Formats: sequence, C-alpha cells, structure tokens
Amino acid sequence: MKYSLLLIAALASAQDSYLIRNATIHPVTGPEIANGSLLIENGKITGIGAKLVAPKGVKIVEAKGMHAWPGMINCATQIGISEVSSVRETNDTNEIGEFIPQVRAVVAVNPETEHIPVARANGLTAVLTLPAAIATGGGPGASTAGQSIVRGQAAMLRLDGWTWEDLALSQSAGMLVRFPAIQTVTFAFPAGRTEVPYAEAKRRYDGEMRKIDEFFEKCRRYQQAKKAATPNFQADVQLEAMLPVLEGRTPLLIAAQRERGIREAIDFCEKHKVKLVLMDVRKPGAQLARLAEKKIPVIVGQPTDLPMDEDDDYDAAYALPAVLHKAGVKFAFATYDNQFARNLPFEAGYAVAYGLPMDAAWKALTIDAAEIFGVGEMTGSLEKGKSADLLLSDGDPLEVRTQIKMLFIRGKNVSLENRQTRLYQKYLARP
Amino acid sequence: MKWIIIGLMAAVLSAQETTVIQNATVYTATKPAFVGSVAFSGGKITAVGDKLIVPPGAKVVDGTGLHVSPGIIDSHSHIAVQGFGVNEGSVSVSSMVQIRDVLDSEDIAIYRALAGGVTTANILHGSANAIGGNNQLIKMRWGKTVGELIMEGGTSSIKFALGENPKRAGNPTPQSGGVARYPATRMGVEDIYRQAFTEARAYQKSLADFKAGKLMMAPRRDLKLEALVEVLEGKRLVHCHAYRSDEMLMMMRVAEEFGFRLATFQHVQEGYKIAKEMALHGVAGAGFSDWWSYKMEVVDGIPFNMAVMTKKGVLAGINSDDAGLMRRLNTEAAKAMRYGGLTEEQALALVTINPAKQMKVDHLIGSIEPGKSADLVVWNKPPLSSYAVPQKVYIDGNLYFERDRDMSDRARRAAAKKALEDQLKQEAPAEQKKGGPPGRRGPANEESGQ
Repeated sequence: MKYSLLLIAALASAQDSYLIRNATIHPVTGPEIANGSLLIENGKITGIGAKLVAPKGVKIVEAKGMHAWPGMINCATQIGISEVSSVRETNDTNEIGEFIPQVRAVVAVNPETEHIPVARANGLTAVLTLPAAIATGGGPGASTAGQSIVRGQAAMLRLDGWTWEDLALSQSAGMLVRFPAIQTVTFAFPAGRTEVPYAEAKRRYDGEMRKIDEFFEKCRRYQQAKKAATPNFQADVQLEAMLPVLEGRTPLLIAAQRERGIREAIDFCEKHKVKLVLMDVRKPGAQLARLAEKKIPVIVGQPTDLPMDEDDDYDAAYALPAVLHKAGVKFAFATYDNQFARNLPFEAGYAVAYGLPMDAAWKALTIDAAEIFGVGEMTGSLEKGKSADLLLSDGDPLEVRTQIKMLFIRGKNVSLENRQTRLYQKYLARP
Repeated sequence: MKWIIIGLMAAVLSAQETTVIQNATVYTATKPAFVGSVAFSGGKITAVGDKLIVPPGAKVVDGTGLHVSPGIIDSHSHIAVQGFGVNEGSVSVSSMVQIRDVLDSEDIAIYRALAGGVTTANILHGSANAIGGNNQLIKMRWGKTVGELIMEGGTSSIKFALGENPKRAGNPTPQSGGVARYPATRMGVEDIYRQAFTEARAYQKSLADFKAGKLMMAPRRDLKLEALVEVLEGKRLVHCHAYRSDEMLMMMRVAEEFGFRLATFQHVQEGYKIAKEMALHGVAGAGFSDWWSYKMEVVDGIPFNMAVMTKKGVLAGINSDDAGLMRRLNTEAAKAMRYGGLTEEQALALVTINPAKQMKVDHLIGSIEPGKSADLVVWNKPPLSSYAVPQKVYIDGNLYFERDRDMSDRARRAAAKKALEDQLKQEAPAEQKKGGPPGRRGPANEESGQ
C-alpha cells in the first residue's frame, strides 16, 4: 500500500506545472474571476486568483479571451464496458443473475475505449459507468423481463489513465438496482408493442417486490452475523458486496421515472435504511417536495428526450431541471448511453433555454454531480487543493458552436484528438 | 365569365391580410443575417428587406429582439405514421407501397416537431429492404386531416437501403422464425438492384413498344415496376439509406449503369470519405450531425462529415430520423460550426435550403424569399443558439404554433384532463383496475395514472 502511494507520488511529481493566466475563471463554488490566473502543480490546483506569480519552471498558458471551467461529469454512461452497442462481443453490460451486487463495472473498463477521447473533446473529465443499461425513452419502455434486480456496482471514472485502477475516481460509486414496476406495455425492436394483462404484470411485480425485500433482509442478517462473529459464520461474496450499501457508504441507484416509482423507491430505502440516488427521473409529480425535504439527489432524465406521455407539455423534459432547481432538489445530468455522452453540455443548454439558471446548470454539471457520487472532495470545482480537472473554452461551453481549447485532467494537459479528428484530417486532405 | 373570375380573385386578394414581422434579425438561409422585416400574404412571402413599406391594413408583428428563420425542414422522419407501419420488409423490393397510405395526422410528434421549428418533413419508408416504399412530403399542419398534411407540389420519391438493415433478414434469428430472406450480404444487395432495374427496363420497353404500336396488347400493369420506371426516367427521386463508403460507391455505379442519378444518400456516415465521387455523380448527402458507435457500420461516423462534404462540393444537409431529435435540428446544424468550422449561414442552410434542394422543392420552401411559402420561425435567440426557443411558427402564413398560447392554455388542459380522469374513476373503477389505463397510446405502466 505504502509502496503504491510512493509510486503515484513519483508519477505525479514528474508532471508539468502550468500557470493559466488572463482567463475568465468560473470556480462554480465561488464568484467568477475576470482576468484570473490558475496555478496547477503536481496534478492539483495550487493557486487561483486575480494575479498569481509564476513559480520557476511552470509552463505559461496565455488564455486571454478564454474561460476556465471545472470539467463536466456525465452521471450515467457505459463508457469503458461498451464499445459498439449493437455488437454483443463489445459489450460487458448486463450480467446474468437476479441479485449480483458483487459484479463491478470497473474491472471490465477498457482504458483504450474510443469513447474516452471522444467525450474528452467536448470538455468532460469524468463519467459514471453503470454495470447495466437503464431503459430510457419517452413513453412505454423496453421490457425489463429477465433483467437482474440488484445489478452491480457503478464506477466513477476520470477520463485519463493507464489502467482501470488509474481511471477510477471511485471504484464503487453506487449500486445499480432495477426497482420492480408494474409493466403492462413494452416496446422492443423488432417485435413492436407487447401487452401483458394487468393481473399478470401485477403478479410479477408483487413477486419481485417480495424477493427484493427478502434479499435486503438477508443482507442485514448477514451483516449482523458477521458483526456478532457467530461461530458458524461463513463469508459470502454476494452478501459481502452489500455491506457498503447497508453501512450507508454506497447509495442505491434506482431508475424511477414517475411518481409511483419514486415514492416506492424512497419508501423502500427508508425501510431498509440505505442511501438513494434516483436516476432517470422524469415525472416526479407530488413526490417533488419529498425529494427536496429528504435531500434525495436526482439524476434527471435527458432534457432532450421526448416527454413521457402524449398529453404532457411539449417542453416537460426540457423544463424538468428548472422545476427541480426551484423545488430545491439537488440534481445532475446524464446521457444514459455512450453514443451521445459528449453532448452532456448541450443537455444542460436546453435546460437553461427552458428556465434553469446558468449557475445552477453549472453546479449540476460539476460539483453537484461529484458530490452525489462521493468524489466532491477531489474534483468538481476550481478550488485550491482539488484535482486540476478543468477545461478552457473560447466561449460559453453550453453553446454548441463554442470550442473546447484545452483540457486538464489531474493537471495533465490532455490531448483533444481522437479517431474522429484523425479521420477528419485524413480525408480532408484526400486529393 | 372571365370577368367574374378576375373580380372574385381581386376580392380574395384584397381580403387576404398581409402580415409584416418588423424589426427582427432575419436569417434568410441564402444571405447573411440582417435586421429588417418579412412580409407575407396569401400564404406566400411577399417581401423581405431592411426597410419595408407596411401596406395599409397590414397586421404588424413586432420582432424587436427576436429572430426569424425559414421553417426547419427534416428530410428524414418517420413521425405521423401509424403504429409500426414504416417497413414493408417482407420482400426485398417493395416499390409498390406508399407511406401516404399509413399517415396519421393525430400523432403528437407533429405538434412537438412544430414547437421545435419544423414546418416540413419527408416521411420515409423504413430501411428493412434494398428497395423500399414511396415516401411522402408533409407539412406540420397540426389539427388538420391526413390529406391536408400532404405538401402541395412536393416531389415523389422512393427509399432505398444499403448495408446492415437490408441484409439483416438474410441472417435470421430464432425470434424471426428462422426464415431467411435474400439478401444476406452487401453483395446480394447490389444484385437486388441490378435484377430489379433490369426487369424495370424490360417493362419500360414493352410499355414503349405498345405505345409505338409494336405490341398488340398493353403489358399487364405492374405497380412495383412502375415506380422503378419512374426512377429510370428521373420522375421519382431516390433517397438511399447508406452508411459505408463502399456501399455508396456501389450504388452510384449501379445507378450510372442504368442511367439515373441518385438524389441523396441518407445517413451518409462515410460521405466524407467519398465526397469527390459523390460530387461527380451529383448525389447529395443528408445525415446525422454526430451519431456513431451504435452499430458496426457507423464506427467511422464523424461529426465533421457535414463540413467535409460541404467543403468538397457535396450538397449537405442534416436530418433527424427521430421524433425527439427532430425538435432541435437548429442546434444539430450548429454542430457543423463546432466540428469543421462552417459559417453560421452554411450551418443554417443544412436544415433549411439544402434539404429543400435535396428534395427538389427549393422553389417552394427552404428560404425567406418572395414567392416562397410563408413557413417561418420566430425565435427568442439566434436560431443556432443552444438557448433558442421557437416563439411562433407559421406554415403558409398561418400561425400553427405560439409558445405563449401553449403556455397560457396549460391550466385549462390540466383541468380538462382531471375532469376526464375523475369521470372515468366514477364510471368504471372495476373495469379500469382489470384492464389498466385506457387510451390508444396509453402509458406503459399502471403507475402513470397515480
């Protein structure tokens, strides 16, 4: 342990130091600094202010006309464990088994995935990688029949590193759970719409609710047995993986789009005394006040998705972040997939267009996202002592046309190139 | 008689109110933006300029601080189609079927698209087979009947499809019943075209022979080949779903062999690789801004595609293929500024005048010019901004969407819904419990009602 720490220190000290100057600095947790400077040493922010003197040997980044923001965080992707979503062999999502808390996304992360440099090019510095896909989309969802219930551990990854250990900001940032719901209508390609009689859907729901309750009971007993060190106690990989959840260190990640699902997820987590982060929230309805009151963080459904129901206001999804903000709910953004992970800033842009204040949008993109997943001490804002995870842009990054000019992750000036920029250059030059 | 008609026409014209949107920033899609006015009357744009004389009796809309663009055109959409009716995929050549026959004017996606500034869309057949069905250009006339959705003067077109989708049925799964439909490879896809157009040529010849008196009897009418003869004769445009450069090159060569020109490649993910060949053939590129990684044939999809095609002389356009994305084609266009550095004008053209040209309807729609349909969007911010929200959308000079009106009507709609729900609860509580929630496109889960 000590040895590896030394090694990390050695690697870090070999890094370049930078003084970014004359930029408009947006710390997100503090007021904007016009013509400000930011000092990066040993991977960390060591100075921030109006005028900083450059220590000997630092590289100067002249950033006149540019803006410095903390790197953005996408709170739901499968980056690293899914390359081409329709090609089975390139996917390590969705493990088999009903209760598989021991399954960890982090160990299957491919550090060379093309999704990392593509996301980086748009100013993202971290993503949450889920062990399974959350069925999203307006209207009736994909069938969840046959999917696991406790689905495994999500990892928070910084988007630069040599190995999955190196990439991990948090190896276990949340436990993904598919909470039972009464599903009478599902859509699938190419089968189309499938209807299940209500009684059958309800029976399945009741069965799953009983199972998940029993599972959590069993975990609690395991915890007690372990604590009591009973003579015939036997270690169990599956149940052991639930201890951080029962101890309140790792939250459950539950996708609940609508009022009833949200209510039942909150009730369940209260009953079993575990922490909750709600994912893919779309229509909280009367549960809105409860989310604020109980301080339950929310990862919003994509603002750019269609509204869930035919008779919803046409801008319901665009406007939800503004509604959450007004109600005092802490929330963050996500794209739920890899393909459009890079469009995270534009999701926030639409939320601003439909009423979310700009500063709230930035908090959601950075510090709130980091705090929700327990890495807020390390990253998510421009503050002294934090990891230097930040971007430089030539304008407002929520505007599509704005260019990201530089990106730093752990103080490293990370390349904005990727396979796509290389193909672009290659074929632009084709005679 | 003649005089009566002229008299009537004059009466109609004078009764047609002129509307002038004044003092707005106008993006015509063919010239740089300027602050000025747009006037329209009788469904058509009548004048545009920085200083317009307002005719007496005209309705004036104050555009101060607002932005006006042409209506957005989506050249690839599947909204307003009944159920899963978009693919007649049981055969590899389905040129006899018409999307027109399965249109649904009550699809809420029409209103949502309208609220995103879309005024026209080409509703395409699916991509399950090499030669698909015939497409339909519609305008987003929300509240009108199916017949009234159809765009007047719109061109006829057919869908072709290359690559993974048309060959999928050749690789059946247990779910598909294990029955294989030719073709299973890109090689077979080429063969489908050459077989079909060889047949179509023969049909065309026998029609001509009969006309010339060389045949005693007219050939039996063949609806499948009729559409393909129209393609051969340049009367029906081909919009061809394609991703990879190899398959697109193949398609161009087959078309050249049979003497016709393709109108567009749809999706055209690798258009940037063969922009030279595309420009030479004269085919346009109509695709996504930044889709990639969802299947093998899009692995080389790059967001710089539109910029490269534009720089290399291909008529490029962005479309959605998606009811959600369709509502924000303005910011999709802005991505061509971000990736590859197109100008604001070039970017806006990708979703307005360029798709109009690609579908050969640019004499009717696509820009703010006198004589064209008054299909206009009034935005609160510059149209390519992330923060731009359509405030008013006109089609043929009629106001089809107004954000203020939508917002002020919400309380009434919510009350009306509540009243209906209460009524349902009272009428048939037992029935509802048994059957779940009612409704044609009812919500997925029982939970939605609570």
